[in-house]
Amino acid sequence: MGWFTKTKESIVPSNLWTKCQKCEEAIYSKDLAKAAWVCPKCSYHFRIPVRDRIELLLDEKSWQELNAHIKTADPLKFEALTSYDERVKKAVLKTNANEAIATGLGAIEGFPVAVGIFNFDFMGGSMGSAVGEKIVRLTDEALRLRRPLLIVSCSGGARMDEGVLSLMQMVKTSQAIARLSRERLPFLSLLTDPTTGGVTASFAMLGDVILAEPGALIGFAGPRVIEQTIKETLPEGFQRAEFLLETGVIDMVVPRKDLRATLAKLLRFFSAPTHTPKFEAPSNGADPSAPF
Amino acid sequence: MKELPFEHHLLELEKKIDELKSLSAAHFLDLSQEIDTLTQKLEKSKLETYSNLTPWQTTQLARHPRRPLCLDYIDMCFEDFVELRGGRQFPDDNSIVAGLALFRKEPVVVVGHQKGRDTKENIFRNFGMPHPEGYRKALRVMKLANKFRRPIITFVDTPGAYPGMEAEERGQAEAIARNIMEMTFLKVPIVVVVIGEGGSGGAVALGVGDSVLMLEHAIYSVISPEGCASILWRDPSKAEEAARALKLTARDLLELKVIDEFIEEPLGGAHRDPRTTAERVSSALARNLDRLKGLSAEELFQRRLEKYRRMGVYSEDLQ
Repeated sequence: MGWFTKTKESIVPSNLWTKCQKCEEAIYSKDLAKAAWVCPKCSYHFRIPVRDRIELLLDEKSWQELNAHIKTADPLKFEALTSYDERVKKAVLKTNANEAIATGLGAIEGFPVAVGIFNFDFMGGSMGSAVGEKIVRLTDEALRLRRPLLIVSCSGGARMDEGVLSLMQMVKTSQAIARLSRERLPFLSLLTDPTTGGVTASFAMLGDVILAEPGALIGFAGPRVIEQTIKETLPEGFQRAEFLLETGVIDMVVPRKDLRATLAKLLRFFSAPTHTPKFEAPSNGADPSAPF
Repeated sequence: MKELPFEHHLLELEKKIDELKSLSAAHFLDLSQEIDTLTQKLEKSKLETYSNLTPWQTTQLARHPRRPLCLDYIDMCFEDFVELRGGRQFPDDNSIVAGLALFRKEPVVVVGHQKGRDTKENIFRNFGMPHPEGYRKALRVMKLANKFRRPIITFVDTPGAYPGMEAEERGQAEAIARNIMEMTFLKVPIVVVVIGEGGSGGAVALGVGDSVLMLEHAIYSVISPEGCASILWRDPSKAEEAARALKLTARDLLELKVIDEFIEEPLGGAHRDPRTTAERVSSALARNLDRLKGLSAEELFQRRLEKYRRMGVYSEDLQ
């Protein structure tokens, strides 16, 4: 796991002009920011930082961050060409965040939600122990306050530097969704470019509704790994959001400008009082320990 | 017989002992003293080699071509195995076997990854790398266990879920995620045994259990040492370093509290004495199933949540 798509050059808002990473058109940066970082010419959706995502999706001033202090403890004392510790320090400096996900409470058009937003700039949005723990604690809050959960994924998968502990976060986070599911609290999973590996193969694919941004790369294995395995070049558009919609893996592809309204529509649906007030388990008085 | 590089000197000694034995038999010579000396030397040498395996050597043992596979354990630890096939939506996936069996006279459900022993078998088994329909078959059969209240035993042995085009098209990630969540909900005890390679998400999809056991020379990892080396070292030949860094051996995993216990293998590894290995697996299974027997569905569910919630190491220092 951890098939990171190489980060394209990050967006520097101070630059007057920004070149579109897809059609290479030079766009006036202020216009691009106004268009929520979607290329006006080819609709390419730029990767955006957490604060822009908050602004884009949540009601003004509704965001209240939780557990921002939780960070990795380098359980394996992992060392490759550089040490994990050094890599984390660099990521912290680069993003001014402690980990690859920001979690908190907020509201979307008045509907209160618990929200997790992945930060790709922090080690490719990879999931280690701290990310797993933050997702579980966010779920605790969603359960406590009886709020729907929204997670905006953007991740290369499980973080290799924490070895099998990262792998186990797949179970830990999927079980968080299992708890919500049992309490009939909705989980909306929004997949952005890219979402692959252990994140896709756990909570991200367990949404009651799975949404994706146009053009987002979404998959289990990364394209490079697949190409190496099958020894062929993948067709254009393979593993892109539109392709996943066609193959029945996700529910909808939503352009960035429509995301907030779409999420609000979904939240309205899930928040309405239930039509059938009480479900009752059928009982014929049979011994519950009987095999059938 | 295929040998691993670090086994070479042991096999040489074994060969020499065999030669002496046949020599003594053919010519009525008393070579018992020489044979004894060599046998002692062999045992000492075995002990030295196998009690000091590097993580990379363990990885090689976990993938040993003669290592017992899922169907071998089914054959040695269970009776009356009835294989059930098909996920009901696509052609059957032969990299996963599933079925009903008797374990010490009790009906159980068994599910596991199945590798092959030679090229032909491996092509048939897709090298133990499932497509989504394999995981969906596994889930269908596990739900059968749930419906009829039978405990579940899974054997984990896969390099990973298959990274191919069709697998992606049919929702590989969803199939794995679904199994993880649904296994959490199952109302019957689940005992997992990692018998060879626990390869990433493809292993976890059969790996959620109330007891997770692991053979001494099995491995369990987020990525293969080769894969890790090519990403983090940008050099696949650094697999040995990666294997060490990843902490993927049974002893490491016990220390990291990811598994509940490891099962000791006979000296030289499971493939040198499959029968004894299977006996040990069988008694570990019996002990764990017995321990889980009295628990209600709700208790199982809550314990599974607690078990996995504890996994991971992070810091909360405010500085």
